[in-house]
This record gives sequence, C-alpha cells and structure tokens, in this order.
Amino acid sequence: MRPGPGGCCCRRPVRANGCVANGEVRNGYVRSSAAAAAGQIHHVTQNGGLYKRPFNEAFEETPMLVAVLTYVGYGVLTLFGYLRDFLRHWRIEKCHHATEREEQQVIVRIFDSEKSLRYTGNIIKDVINMGSYNYLGFARNTGSCQEAAAKVLEEYGVGVCSTRQEIGNLDKHEELEKLVAWFLGVEAAMTYGMGFATNSMNIPALVGKGCLILSDELNHASLVLGARLSGATIRIFKHNNMQSLEKLLKDAIVYGQPRTRRPWKKILILVEGIYSMEGSIVRLPEVIALKKKYKAYLYLDEAHSIGALGPTGRGVVEYFGLDPEDVDVMMGTFTKSFGASGGYIGGKKELVDYLRTHSHSAVYATSLSPPVVEQIITSMKCIMGQDGTSLGKECIQQLAENTRYFRRRLKEMGFIIYGNEDSPVVPLMLYMPAKIGAFGREMLKRNIGVVVVGFPATPIIESRARFCLSAAHTKEILDTALKEIDEVGDLLQLKYSRHRLVPLLDRPFDETTYEETED
Amino acid sequence: MDFRRVKEYFSWLYYQYQIISCCSVLEPWERSMFNTILLTIVAMVVYTAYVFIPIHIRLAWEFFSKICGYHSAVST
Repeated sequence: MRPGPGGCCCRRPVRANGCVANGEVRNGYVRSSAAAAAGQIHHVTQNGGLYKRPFNEAFEETPMLVAVLTYVGYGVLTLFGYLRDFLRHWRIEKCHHATEREEQQVIVRIFDSEKSLRYTGNIIKDVINMGSYNYLGFARNTGSCQEAAAKVLEEYGVGVCSTRQEIGNLDKHEELEKLVAWFLGVEAAMTYGMGFATNSMNIPALVGKGCLILSDELNHASLVLGARLSGATIRIFKHNNMQSLEKLLKDAIVYGQPRTRRPWKKILILVEGIYSMEGSIVRLPEVIALKKKYKAYLYLDEAHSIGALGPTGRGVVEYFGLDPEDVDVMMGTFTKSFGASGGYIGGKKELVDYLRTHSHSAVYATSLSPPVVEQIITSMKCIMGQDGTSLGKECIQQLAENTRYFRRRLKEMGFIIYGNEDSPVVPLMLYMPAKIGAFGREMLKRNIGVVVVGFPATPIIESRARFCLSAAHTKEILDTALKEIDEVGDLLQLKYSRHRLVPLLDRPFDETTYEETED
Repeated sequence: MDFRRVKEYFSWLYYQYQIISCCSVLEPWERSMFNTILLTIVAMVVYTAYVFIPIHIRLAWEFFSKICGYHSAVST
C-alpha cells in the first residue's frame, strides 16, 4: 500500500458504509473519478493513527454540461439586466427605484421596489421546516425550557439595560458561564449577547499588528470581519487543506514578517467546526498536530457543531476524541443547538480574565437577557442529562440517525450532496440560476420550507439548497420530505450525480469486515 | 390519449428549456423577445445548412478526388 500524494495512506477497497472504489487524492480532497462504476466513496485514513473513525467527505465535481448551461443562463440574465438598465437610464421604461428629486434634497421618499418583489401576503400553514438551525429541537414553545424561561421572565424581566462591565452582570450570567465551562471541559468561559459580535469583537482583542492570522478560505463573515478589524496580516489557506496550511506555517516561521524578517508575535489559525455552506467538518486532529509542531494558536468557531456532533453533544472536539485543552480559544454560539441567542468563548482562566477587561463586547454591548440565559441553562442541563431525563441523549442520537439516513437517501436518489457524512447541514446542488427560485417555490407548494442560496454566498455556478436536519424531525417527516424532494428533483432535472450509491450493507465498519470482503 | 401525452411531454420540454435558459425569471415581454431572437437565429442556421452544406460537400469531394486522381494519374 504505497502512500498516495500528500502523504495519505489508501486502504484497499473496503465495504465501509456500503461501497468504495478508486479515487485520486488531490489537495486533501477525495475526488471519485467519473469512470468508477456504480458510485463509490473512497475511505482514506490520513497520517496513520490521528483519526479514530472514518472521515468520509466528498465534493463531487460539477458535470461539464451543467457548468456550461449555468454560465449560459447567467449570460442571458446579465444581458437582459444591461438591457433593462439601458431602458431605465433613457427613460423608455418607468424607473421604480428610490431616487432623490431635485426639489427634495433633504427629504427622500422611499418607494416600493420592483413589482415582483412585493410580499404576497399569503399565510401557509403546516409547513415542514427544513431550513432552520434547530439541530436538537429546543426551539419550541412547550416543554421544560419554556417553563423555566417563563419563570425567570417573571422574576427578572426582559431588559438588562447595561453592559457586563457596568451594572449588567447578573448572577444568572455567572451561573451560565460556570455551566458552559463545565460543559466544554475548559477552565473558564465568557458569554456575549450576539454570536456575530463574539467573533468580530474578540479577535481584535486577541491579535493585533505584527501578528499573523491563517484563516480558512470559507470562513464566516464574522471571522473575516474580526480578522480585518484586528489589523493583523491575514493569509488564507485552501478549504480544509492541511498541506496548504502547513506550507503557510512553514513560510511564516522561516521568513517571518514581510520586510523586517522579524518573527511573528503570534500566529493564530482560524477554523470552524462545521462549515455551514459546504457541510464539511474541519480536520481537527491534523490542525492540532500542526499547531503543536509550529507553536501556533488555534481559534475554533463551533457555531454549528456544538450540540450537534459528538456522542454527548460536546462538539467537534469530542467527535474526534481530542482534548479540549489543545484548543486555545473555543468559541461557539447558543443560537443553533440551544435554541437561544448569544455566543461564548471558552479557554484558560487567564484568557477569559483578559477578555473580560479587553473585549469590546464586554465594554459596549448589553449583556444577555435573563429569560434567554435560562433557556440556555435549561437546554444545556438537558443535553448533559442533569435534569434527570434522558431527553438530551435521545435528541443527540436522533439527530445522528436522521443525518445518516437523510444523506444516504438523497445520495441514492442521485442528487449531488456536498460535505461530510456526519454533518447535519446538507447542501444539495442546484447550479442553474432559474432553478434556485423554482426549487424554493415548488417545495413551498408541497408544504416544505427550504433555504436556497446563490451567489455571492456561494461560488457563482455552485448555487445550492441547504437542508438543516433536526432532532425534532421524525422518520415519517423525513420520508415525506424525501418523497417531495424526489418529485421536485424529477420535475427540475436535478439528479446530476454520476455515481449511484449502492444501498448500504448495515454493518458497522471494523477490522473484521475488511478481512472478510477481500476478493 | 396519446395526443395528450405528447402534448404533456412537449410542455415539460418547454418548461425545461425555460428553466435552463432562465426564461422563467424574465418578464413576459422579455421572454417573447428572447424566444423570437433565438428562433430567428435557429431558422437562419437551418436555412444556411440547407442551402450551403450540399454545395460545400460537393466542392470538397471534387477537390479531394482531383488530388487523388492526379496522384493516381502520376503513379500510373
């Protein structure tokens, strides 16, 4: 078994998760070659023993015809856009845009936009929600979380009206922070009122000029904003590509700062746990190995992975079986799995004490509202199993089963799905611009609400529909949704995949399976 | 019955054409303009093919047969 390019060791074809075959490894991705018959996923273990479980991530290549037709579609739209702009400029067509009249330089009247962008005013009931980040199903109006929040609402009220450093530090906040630190397995934690603000206001407090930030290609806007505000030098490595990251680290250590060649004050690696547009999971064992080798710091944004990955919901660190102390700054949000709002940063006690005094969010932003804090506390205790029920464990297991089932069924139907097998975010590729709107509308006609995304949130030809699975989805709900997706996929001709997944053998992967299926 | 199935098939085909070329998101007058231009171009291509391709093929055949004829005339 000769190692392939990039130091990866490829096992012989194995019946893990159903099937496997030839693929070539390039840039840390596994691209199944089009010639491989009857669709198969390659099982790759990188760097020997770093990964304790199979890491199956696939990003199927765009079919050539589909790419050409997508560009043609965008070309037609661009031409018509220019034509309409021309007509509006020469007043052949009535311009509905908001423009200032010469007489009214001070007061500007805001008009409605184009005819087609008015709210229809329709109310549709009983729609299956496949688009919200409600991974563990805590966003509901019944249950213990809602009762606890209602009680705290009566006791504390809603508004705090002050910042953490002034009068806004309630005992609820202290209780929450102790709980978050215990949940994550770190020394201390600090919470903030808004998840976006947690990233954008705390990265400037941690790094400054003379430091280096190595940030993933597809990082979230909050991380990018925080990095730019800090004033540090930013270098981008290819998405989830450890060879690219290692090269950047080596160059940073060897060459130092650009003109003076002095060593960098700090090197900070910014990655996310689950990337929500791709559905991919970060290669955390390798990142941590690189971080230790080159003595850099790691900032992990677990917005989507906390509560959703790992056998007890502790996030991507537990999913890979690693030590939380290896990650220097563990950041996350309460918006997704906990059904509340806000963000947190966890780490060593010195780090959190430093952030309490130096973070912009602590000084200027109002602290979390008490009922929201209670929602987080109750949901976190439920996940940990401390409220006496096994509801948390069941939710986590249900989410994992839903994820595997949904992804497998979609792949069997022939859609192109991006991302890791275990990620609850499922992007389904649409590619053509007209299909974006058509897919959303057709699904809504069939009472299923989905989120469709196009440029500029995604690359121009890779527009997609993003499904977010939830523990609140039962198998019947998923079956209904899958039936409708199948129908709409046939109607709009969305089944682009050239690899058909063979229905899986329901056997867990272990060494014995490997021995048995040797041909 | 068959006629209705054929009509359904064509309307499905037209829908696919609309989706792929983004006609479904254009306004009706833009749609008719795009269809007219496309049909005009296709009609011109078909006419040109009908009128000119046989003549070009005949000329090419004569050209190549003359070369081969010359070659065989020389060799014999």
